Amino acid sequence: MFSLDLLLEALVFGVLLGCFYAAVSIGLSVSFGLLDVPNVAHPAIMVLGSYATWVLAARTGLDPLLAGVLIMPVFFVFGVLVYRFYYETFERRGSEAGVRGLAFFFGLAFIVEVGLILAFGVDQRSVEAAYIGRSFSFGDYRIPMRMIVAFAVALVLTFGLSIFLRSTFVGRAIKAVAQDEPALRLMGANPVRIKQWAFGIATGVSALAGAMLIIVSPVEPAMDRLYIGRTFCVVVLAGLGSMTGTLAAGLILGVVESVVLMQFGASWAPAVAFGLLLVVLGIRPQGLFGR
Amino acid sequence: MSSILKIVDVSKTFGGFTALSNVSLEIAQGERFGLIGPNGSGKTTLINCVSGALRNEAGTIEFDGEDVTRLPAYQRTRRGIARSFQVPRPFHSMTVAENLAVPLEYIAHKGSLHLGDTHAEALELLRQMRLGDKADTPSRNLSQVELRKLELARAMAARPRLLISDEAMAGLSGSEVEEVLEILFQLNSRGITIIMIEHIMQAVMRFSQRVVCLDAGRIICEGAPAEIVKNPEVQRAYLGA
Amino acid sequence: MKFWIPAICILVLGVALPLAPINEYVFYAGYVVLTFVVMATAWNILGGYAGYVNFGPPAFFGIGSYAAVVLFKSMNAPLAVQIAGAALMGGLLGLGVGVLTLRLRGIFFAIATVAITFILETLMTNWRYVGGATGLQLLRPPVELYESYTRMLFAVMAGMSVGAVAIARYIQTSWLGRGLRSLRDSEEAAEASGVPTLKLKLFACAVSGALMGAAGAPMPMYLSFIEPPSTFNLSYTVGSLGGAIIGGAGHWAGPIVGAILLGTLQQIVTVTVSGEMNVLVVGVLLVVFVVAAPEGILGLARKIIRR
Repeated sequence: MFSLDLLLEALVFGVLLGCFYAAVSIGLSVSFGLLDVPNVAHPAIMVLGSYATWVLAARTGLDPLLAGVLIMPVFFVFGVLVYRFYYETFERRGSEAGVRGLAFFFGLAFIVEVGLILAFGVDQRSVEAAYIGRSFSFGDYRIPMRMIVAFAVALVLTFGLSIFLRSTFVGRAIKAVAQDEPALRLMGANPVRIKQWAFGIATGVSALAGAMLIIVSPVEPAMDRLYIGRTFCVVVLAGLGSMTGTLAAGLILGVVESVVLMQFGASWAPAVAFGLLLVVLGIRPQGLFGR
Repeated sequence: MSSILKIVDVSKTFGGFTALSNVSLEIAQGERFGLIGPNGSGKTTLINCVSGALRNEAGTIEFDGEDVTRLPAYQRTRRGIARSFQVPRPFHSMTVAENLAVPLEYIAHKGSLHLGDTHAEALELLRQMRLGDKADTPSRNLSQVELRKLELARAMAARPRLLISDEAMAGLSGSEVEEVLEILFQLNSRGITIIMIEHIMQAVMRFSQRVVCLDAGRIICEGAPAEIVKNPEVQRAYLGA
Repeated sequence: MKFWIPAICILVLGVALPLAPINEYVFYAGYVVLTFVVMATAWNILGGYAGYVNFGPPAFFGIGSYAAVVLFKSMNAPLAVQIAGAALMGGLLGLGVGVLTLRLRGIFFAIATVAITFILETLMTNWRYVGGATGLQLLRPPVELYESYTRMLFAVMAGMSVGAVAIARYIQTSWLGRGLRSLRDSEEAAEASGVPTLKLKLFACAVSGALMGAAGAPMPMYLSFIEPPSTFNLSYTVGSLGGAIIGGAGHWAGPIVGAILLGTLQQIVTVTVSGEMNVLVVGVLLVVFVVAAPEGILGLARKIIRR
């Protein structure tokens, strides 16, 4: 039997969670949705960001969110290099690259995951901050403070990126290259450079997402597999290339997962994203707002 | 005239962009038909809808009296519609002869339990296209004009009744254009209906019995080659208003 | 004939070897290597021939293992029936995932295979009949002809390997293989050449899935135990993908080379260093080959021979 109170709490939690999922997926929305790069290593790089945040925060005592922001430039550069390599090795060669490109990113994800296990072991890691471990109370409801922090950061990140893509020159160039690369080339812009900045931005954003991840819950190296489901679910449900759709899709996933968690328990909740992904692929593969 | 292809009120959109708008055409059996229009006018989109590579949202496509609008591409090819690709798409991991083995095995010899040796038939087709000596060459080692001829040979291996040649002559030299044109004339003389999409006007005019001009997804005029060339709308479409 | 004579010799060897007084460990380890030969060969049918990457070998392997357990537990089914049932489930799963996603681009199929792996593992973890999260102990039935059950399983797997390779080879060299390669090279041109691309993809996916399911069937008996984490293990993904790509995708002999190489490597590295290090090494090898030697070891060998 449903308790209305529990349901409401699940909904609120779901909205916060959903926004977090949207922020975590937005890097993929750019790299896969806009640039068409089969980046299955996206969640692994995000988990790498979580560990980097953990190391930095533990060593320096910095607030984890701040640590996350500080590692963003490093990840930006890493993203640029990865894209450059991917482009030179695979994209240039055309359609045959499909399998190889996928296998490459899979291998990369794999190396990251196992590398983390070798470096840090399989135990869960977590960070400490003032807002972790405390909750806000609204009457009968308690909302963990760290979820609100993540929610706030997620909103800023999502809207920030959206505005960036819409208003700045680089942002609009990125959207343009997704829609009509030959036209862009005719206008004198270099699509490869634009795509490499875009991929770099996506990776940098993933670093911050990783920081949020470790704030929200303890991390372990194998989490990337779980998040492949969540991020791809959000990106596919949103529709490739839609930034605003990412927020909507994230909210849907967050709420559904939260309700399932409440009703059926923690052993079923992780499968929700994957199940929803399969449903979307089967019924409406172009997603809610897809091109 | 008995029509082999009837395109009725076909429309195709991509998101917000309308590529084809209420296009209707009838092509007679054995006809040599030319399709012209500036870049982006919808010629290849129309061909894609006819061959089944794309699905049109509205309208019907009738081939030899049968409504093929809902059929997947491979079934249309099996019924007799073949096309070459504007940018050649060889099966690059295969040799030239193997490229032909695919349509031979999947169309011509389909249903026969012993698929047998299609090699002899492939060689014959290649000979007709003047590619006989390249049978065992990996297809990715071919020159542009050889690739174009392979496209046509592969389309012919499907034993089509309607052949659509999509800019097979683009970028070729004068003598190469002559070669391809001669091949198309020969094929037509064997009873194959041919739709030719080209930008090389003198080829279109020499080849076609009837020409249609597309612009921005619509047919702007239809008629004998000589008339089309003089039509002011056509000139405007190509040169811009 | 050039294939069948060595193949039958290997089959006879595989069946006769366990009768010889050789150290049990050889068969214990050999079983695992042979499992990977079947898995990599099966993966190659869809991944190498058609170009669709399956990230979910554990799902197909796992559904085979659990199908075998269900058949064994519910009706004491003999191994042959377990294998048949497992193959059927694997094939149906392949068909299901295929119908859902093979119409779309390759990456969606790949992600869907990750999804079903996760979902299946979650389902099995919550199903008490097969042991749930803690797993299920299994009592091996008495074995005839061979000294130990492991030896018999080795022989069975040897037979399965020869069978899988024979199937892969037949598909590759027939009109089926040409059709698969044509759709890998250019799906549009393949359709325009009369190739029923969707049907072929579904066929390859079903066959691939069935073989992987069959490979999973004897595993519960091999371990006398079944549990989700080790059944739906990432090592099956790496072994199948890695074995096929490193050995040489696109040709039936590639996965054999790759699986034996990776299997041997696994034994050496896991024993001398660690299990994780082995996985890391394979991951690095995979990336290196994908980037620098896309045709795998077979491709490299061909290049050297040509000189």
